[in-house]
Amino acid sequence: MKYIDEYRTERLIRTLARKIKEEASQEYVFMEVCGGHTAAIHRFGIPSLLPGNINLLSGPGCPVCVTPLGFIDRAVALAMHEDVIITTFGDLIRVPGSVSSLEKEKVRGADVRIVFSALDALTLAANNKDKKIVFLGIGFETTAPGTAAALIKAKESGTDNFMVMCAHKIMPPAMEAIISDGTLINGFICPGHVATITGSNAFRFISEKYNLACVISGFEPADIMLAVYMLVQQINNRQFKTEIQYSRAVTDEGNLKAQRLMNEVFELSDAGWRGLGTIKSSGLKIREKYVMFDAENVFQINTEETDTSEDGTCLCGEVLRGRKKPPECRLFAKACTPENPLGACMVSGEGACNAFYKYKRNG
Amino acid sequence: MKAPATLFINTNVMDKHITLNHGSGGRLTGELIRNIFASRFGIKEPFTDSAILDNQGQELAFTTDSYVIDPIFFPGGDIGKLAVCGTVNDLAVAGAIPRFLSASFIIEEGFRLKDLITITDSMAREALEAEVRIVTGDTKVVEKGKCDKIFITTTGTGVIRDGYKHVGTAEKVRAGDMLIISGPVGNHSVAVMSARNQLGFISQVVSDCASLNCMIGRMLDTCREIHFMRDITRGGLATVLNELAVMTGLGITVTENKIPVDEPVKGLCEMMGFDPLYLANEGKVLIAVDKNESEKALGVLRSDSLGTKAEIIGEITGDRNKTVVLKTITGGSRILDMHSGTQLPRIC
Amino acid sequence: MCLSLPAKIIEINGDMADVSVGGTVFKAGLQLLDDVKPGDYVLLHAGFAIQKINETEAMEMLRLLEEMENSMD
Repeated sequence: MKYIDEYRTERLIRTLARKIKEEASQEYVFMEVCGGHTAAIHRFGIPSLLPGNINLLSGPGCPVCVTPLGFIDRAVALAMHEDVIITTFGDLIRVPGSVSSLEKEKVRGADVRIVFSALDALTLAANNKDKKIVFLGIGFETTAPGTAAALIKAKESGTDNFMVMCAHKIMPPAMEAIISDGTLINGFICPGHVATITGSNAFRFISEKYNLACVISGFEPADIMLAVYMLVQQINNRQFKTEIQYSRAVTDEGNLKAQRLMNEVFELSDAGWRGLGTIKSSGLKIREKYVMFDAENVFQINTEETDTSEDGTCLCGEVLRGRKKPPECRLFAKACTPENPLGACMVSGEGACNAFYKYKRNG
Repeated sequence: MKAPATLFINTNVMDKHITLNHGSGGRLTGELIRNIFASRFGIKEPFTDSAILDNQGQELAFTTDSYVIDPIFFPGGDIGKLAVCGTVNDLAVAGAIPRFLSASFIIEEGFRLKDLITITDSMAREALEAEVRIVTGDTKVVEKGKCDKIFITTTGTGVIRDGYKHVGTAEKVRAGDMLIISGPVGNHSVAVMSARNQLGFISQVVSDCASLNCMIGRMLDTCREIHFMRDITRGGLATVLNELAVMTGLGITVTENKIPVDEPVKGLCEMMGFDPLYLANEGKVLIAVDKNESEKALGVLRSDSLGTKAEIIGEITGDRNKTVVLKTITGGSRILDMHSGTQLPRIC
Repeated sequence: MCLSLPAKIIEINGDMADVSVGGTVFKAGLQLLDDVKPGDYVLLHAGFAIQKINETEAMEMLRLLEEMENSMD
């Protein structure tokens, strides 16, 4: 497969591993903030290829994992309406809310459907005019433009039974919160696909304001290894900049059209991040002119973000902030498993706990 | 029956009802079989695809399977063909020569006669191909909505070939044995997903659904040191490897870039986040063979139209840890666990 | 869910395209891009083409990686 296989050859990876080992002369802590990176790093065994003085942390990069319980609860409440079809990306269906999950409601008869695109949900709405189709909009800047495009299309076509329950978030404020939190981090492996939309400019604050190493990385093993190498070099040379490793897809300004569409439909708002609390201007809210497609408005749902903290035993919050690793949670692999997830980090294939469980347990 | 010999009891609240996960062929299925059925029927471990029965000195293999696949027609086959191949393969991997099948039908009111004829013709053709006879059966019709179109159960029997009783129980498997897979994995799942047309993609992939008994027979006639066979169905290659590790108490190493996966299957798996090692197949067999005969066994498989892409993928190690380790394409290694959840319902 | 993969545009119909990842064909919305044509590679994410793959940069990156490989021999 083009643009995939070339970045996975064993010889190349071994070369990069050797180069990193040669250059890694001190202790380094790097954080990635993208569920795709979490999954790729564990799937390809990247930690096992790096020398012991490089520590990789997983941050709040999994959109399912950082969605507050309240969002799930509201979706579950809507699912119980006779005339509502809930459409959602796959992972969200199993996330436990305070009382139930979408999967459990589906078993009890609620109409909950997995879709792969906001456009699928829109098509469903066009074909089922007697129902209200609610699309659960989660995801970061990679996914939000698609939801925006669907909303614009809905308005243009007058598909007034299509609505979005919006929990899209943006990455940079969360990264700032993590940095301000005080966790020791020397550099960031920045999310390559978010950056295709936002451009590398959105991440310049990391090197310019905070003097941390910063590399925007792709998702193939060679991309990630090269990004680690570039971070090590930045730190060794004490030259902090926001570099693009993923040059085949990321530019400084990003996808301007996608940004325009997002701006047309969304405005910034404060948002609750599970495990991190409320972060100012980190969420996307549907603008006034699209309010008729905003599920929270249509259904008059209480939009107050509910408690974003966890009870003491589930350590999702600490894991999401890079403070703890999954095996340090008492529930990990015992009461909390992919079959029976207690926290969001275990549900999603991109959650740190899920990735750890699948690829590293016993390993 | 296939199930791992683990003792872990899942305390999931969802277990108070049967969920789709219980039918996926992975850990939960195994627990259901062990805790509910086997314990009450007095069936002892190890659980194998076919039961081996001693009929006054002659050893018979006896097996049964139900087919509830949706959709009933898919690229490369239909529920009828599947019903014959599946049961024939269960007998073949038990070391038996499949001879006789029964076929029971549960049909939903309103089912088209034309479709029933197509399915039955499919079964007749496949039975001829596999050199087995369908000799008895049953038919029930239920009211609309009480079953989904058509469910088929086939039961089969055959005589175990001399000296091959061990291939289902893995009792002769030793450290150093090589593992061979008869061809690429994941095709059946992808073909079925694509026929369902719910996941928004179009694929040219065709199910690998096929009767393997003739190919297996040729291999058993040529080689004397085949130690284990199992057909790879629900739960995929990873599940069978884990079952083998548990049955033998030994460790297994497999090399990722030796496991054949067709390109379109790879592409779909990357896009959907599926792991091809956990996808269902309906025409693939995993074989453990003494390393001195591994090239010979590979040669026999490759000379058959159903085994042209056979590969040696790994080996049994001397570690007594019942663990399957995958050497990844990047040179690292990771544990290949028994898959916990379901990826797709009603794939067979 | 976060998955984005390089996909080749096979056919365009209005604002939708058929794209291929290793031979499997998916539908992709083109609402986020201008100026794409069959044969182009795009990143496919959640049913949308979110960016074009820059073939020149890709070649450059591979060349760099190859250089690194050769320098280690």
